[in-house]
Amino acid sequence: MKDTSEGYVTADGRKIGGVVMEMKNITLRFGGVTAIKDISFDIREGEIRAIIGPNGAGKSSMLNVISGFYVPQEGEVWFRGEKRPPMKPYQVARQGIARTFQNIALFEGMSVLDNVMTGRLTHMTQGILAQALWKGPAEREEVENREKAEKIIDFLEIQHIRKTPVSRLPYGLKKRVELARALVSEPTILLLDEPMAGMNVEEKEDMCRFVLDVNDEFGTTIALIEHDMGVVMDLSDRVVVMDYGRKIGDGTPDEVRANQEVIDAYLGVAHD
Amino acid sequence: MLYREAGDFKTSYIADSQTFPIRFDRWRYYAVLAVAFGIVPFVINDYWANAVLLPFLIYAIAAIGLNILTGYCGQVSLGTGGFMAVGAYACYKLMTAFPDVSIIIHLVLAGGITAAVGVLFGLPSLRIKGFYLAVATLAAQFFLVWLFNRVPWFYNYSASGQITAPERTVLGVAVTGPEAPAWAAYLLCLVFVTVLALVARNLTRGKQGRQWMAIRDMDIAAEIIGVNPLAAKLSAFAVSSFFIGIAGALFFAVYLGAVEVGEAYGIQKSFLVLFMIIIGGLGSIFGSFAGAAFLVLLPVFLKNVLVGGLGWPSDLAAHLEFMIVGGLIIFFLVAEPHGLAQLWRLAKEKLRLWPFPY
Repeated sequence: MKDTSEGYVTADGRKIGGVVMEMKNITLRFGGVTAIKDISFDIREGEIRAIIGPNGAGKSSMLNVISGFYVPQEGEVWFRGEKRPPMKPYQVARQGIARTFQNIALFEGMSVLDNVMTGRLTHMTQGILAQALWKGPAEREEVENREKAEKIIDFLEIQHIRKTPVSRLPYGLKKRVELARALVSEPTILLLDEPMAGMNVEEKEDMCRFVLDVNDEFGTTIALIEHDMGVVMDLSDRVVVMDYGRKIGDGTPDEVRANQEVIDAYLGVAHD
Repeated sequence: MLYREAGDFKTSYIADSQTFPIRFDRWRYYAVLAVAFGIVPFVINDYWANAVLLPFLIYAIAAIGLNILTGYCGQVSLGTGGFMAVGAYACYKLMTAFPDVSIIIHLVLAGGITAAVGVLFGLPSLRIKGFYLAVATLAAQFFLVWLFNRVPWFYNYSASGQITAPERTVLGVAVTGPEAPAWAAYLLCLVFVTVLALVARNLTRGKQGRQWMAIRDMDIAAEIIGVNPLAAKLSAFAVSSFFIGIAGALFFAVYLGAVEVGEAYGIQKSFLVLFMIIIGGLGSIFGSFAGAAFLVLLPVFLKNVLVGGLGWPSDLAAHLEFMIVGGLIIFFLVAEPHGLAQLWRLAKEKLRLWPFPY
């Protein structure tokens, strides 16, 4: 990896830009439990960044810090070159950070289309009176955003279930709808919390293809948590490894694979 | 089949997101409007207006209002009666303070005042959910009724403690007061129902409705896609209270004419409207109409059949009504939480394929 402040070029020839998000010395405590201990890493524009680690390592907590659910006791989050003040999750979303959840968090009572359209909410500005009137600006805005939503629906190949209530869909498709909802907001950074959890091989392959396509097609920066090592090593450009709230490795998949501490964390060490 | 969507292709997103996407539905809607505006006013009499049509139209507005809050945004409210009272007393104070201003403006303003009060009592919803919120709105119900009973300024220091609607006209025709003809009162209510139902539909099919439904279905996920829970919940309380306030004002000014607050806007009113949306269907505008029609017509129907037809004592019929309503609510909660509207949808889905289901 040729790392410069301007970015680097990956093995498959994609150009990675400068730093979009930087976590500086983040420490997060819940009472006496320290979930994250003094972790720093950065996410660069256009890259696929993975966060891995054994169960309870603090990966999801890290994602929750990024998306604003948790406010760390110490440390700073820098986004697009500015220090981010403590924010509510919806403010983070409006800044252009979208995410999916480990356990699907879709709106079960709404159709797939409506779910995807909720992803466009941050781009819709018409006031309540214009909406009550419908004709005119509100309708125009609705149609414009519908077009964007339809593009993503097309892209993720869920056209056929557009009008189906989400509650009727199988697990794999729900995951895809959730990805669509996050993607349609045209995020600067897309956070994926275990996008392949609970999927069979075929669904995993589909999901991998979509993640790569998204990165390729829209140039979206992606940060993901994943347990499937094969998937992580294939997909990601750089990997952060966590264990017990500490960072034990950071680098390209090959570097991480060779790191003795990482091997110990995953395989365990003999105590003699 | 007459009722079908095959061949009814949409070529634009506007056409796809319209209120009645299926052509047959659209024509039926126009037909209902034509009958309601063009025929009913000429054949209406006092009995039909007072027993059926006026309460149906007014309760439909209240039910749509509560449905926006409970069915779309998922915030349970038992304060409907209290908010209707706010609308009624706001309208009364405005009517007596500004006799020269049109009643229509008063009605809309009464809705606006109720919206403000609704937002105030909606503030706890940011902290508490479900049952606990229902209890908090219950406090609003009792507090508001108590307030209108205890503070004489609200009923202009009248000796009886009642408020009485003075006569007001629209385009030269009296719509309130004892001299108002049935058709004028009916038309006024009908105009309000039509406009408000369209507004409710427009709000719920677009951005605002999606925000509300997102909060209802999963508030954490709603926040993560950029919905401000504070704004979404309070806007639901505001819009809902606006509708309920107008319903309360119409109930007082046009339907009853004179009102004693504890009697007309008590807790039973809150439950009645809640039952309407449960039976009619949570999260459905059509369901609000269906529920209102059902609970307004049921007593009339039972009275005519049991008392008029079979000669039963009227108290027996009244008790039977309680039993039927109670049984239906349990049935709907268990078997079909989406109410009559969902039954209607299912029937349409079956009908679409009939008589060849495969």
